[in-house]
Amino acid sequence: MAEETITLNVTRYRPGEDRAPRTQAYSVPYRKDWVVLDALNHIKDQIDGTLTYRWSCRMGVCGSCGMMVNGVPKLTCAAFLRDYYPKEIQVEPLANFPIIRDLVIDMSDFLDKLKSVKPWIIRKTEKPTAQGEYLQTPAQLEAYKQFTQCINCMLCYAACPVYGLEPEFLGPAAIALGYRYNVDSRDEGNEQRRGVMGSHEGVWQCTFVGECTEVCPKHVDPAAAIQRSKLDEATGWLKSVLLPWGGR
Amino acid sequence: MSAVRPDKSKLYYPKMPSAWWLRRLSYFLFMMRELSSVFIALFLVIYLAQIHQLTKGPGAYVAFAQKFQSPGWIAFHVVVLAFALYHTYTWFASSAVVMPLKIGDRFIPQNAVVLLNIAAWVVVSTVIAALFMMFQG
Repeated sequence: MAEETITLNVTRYRPGEDRAPRTQAYSVPYRKDWVVLDALNHIKDQIDGTLTYRWSCRMGVCGSCGMMVNGVPKLTCAAFLRDYYPKEIQVEPLANFPIIRDLVIDMSDFLDKLKSVKPWIIRKTEKPTAQGEYLQTPAQLEAYKQFTQCINCMLCYAACPVYGLEPEFLGPAAIALGYRYNVDSRDEGNEQRRGVMGSHEGVWQCTFVGECTEVCPKHVDPAAAIQRSKLDEATGWLKSVLLPWGGR
Repeated sequence: MSAVRPDKSKLYYPKMPSAWWLRRLSYFLFMMRELSSVFIALFLVIYLAQIHQLTKGPGAYVAFAQKFQSPGWIAFHVVVLAFALYHTYTWFASSAVVMPLKIGDRFIPQNAVVLLNIAAWVVVSTVIAALFMMFQG
């Protein structure tokens, strides 16, 4: 009996040689327990060693194998062939990013934006180590815990049409991580982040399409973080206008 | 230490197609939500024009209102109503995301917040409709 196969139509782009990406079809064995990343690894090992893509952990933790699978941003280590079989599968690099080679995108813009929101705990004054940890109640932990799950996979940027149309937009993951620290009871860095997050290119450029939340493999809900940041920015501004002492 | 950056001259920069909003249902629904504002604004302009007729006397107002009985105007108002209802639903859905409600230390599920908003909307609309009919009668 002939082996069952499935066809992957994979984007190829050779820098310095190709003027634009093209699509190459590969027929790979169909296995019910294979994910798209397994199929790509099969192509790389058995059919075409020149195929280039990123991957690492193979279990939805590292966030490096994000690609467009049939037009939807997915971690390819979590996209099972059985969910597409017997139809062909289109595998493309993450949308809205420049392509370096084949399925590899340039993430420099995201990394710059991530750094700009200072995603770490900022203290006005550090207390001496001898005084112990900064304690939190379960409710204080709950306020930001969901947003700590971000793995920087950039699927949310690939799903965001605002980022595609306006590349200066700070974007979902960077804002979600800025918000994560803003609502952390140990942090005192809101003012330092306000210049970036509260700018036009920050939260106010978001039109709440909501797809960032839909595609997030870790259920971070960046759309909620952005809208709540807007509320914080607006109430902060209102207080600064209405209250004699500035409200901050 | 600065990170190594790829040679920008060798990158390929994909462009968003103008029909990007037709690629996915969620994008289409987003555009419909944005478009709903246009229809609601049109309705409000017409409504203001209708109120303005009162300054010209009852006859002018009735003559203006009678135009709305034509099939074209009825179709327009049906479309406006559909967009207004959809816009209202998306507003409630958004507010559940923006302002999560808590009972004690627990967040109320977003779907429950949306349903509570819709229930409050139905109650308020019913009261307004009842008052309207009471004073009209």
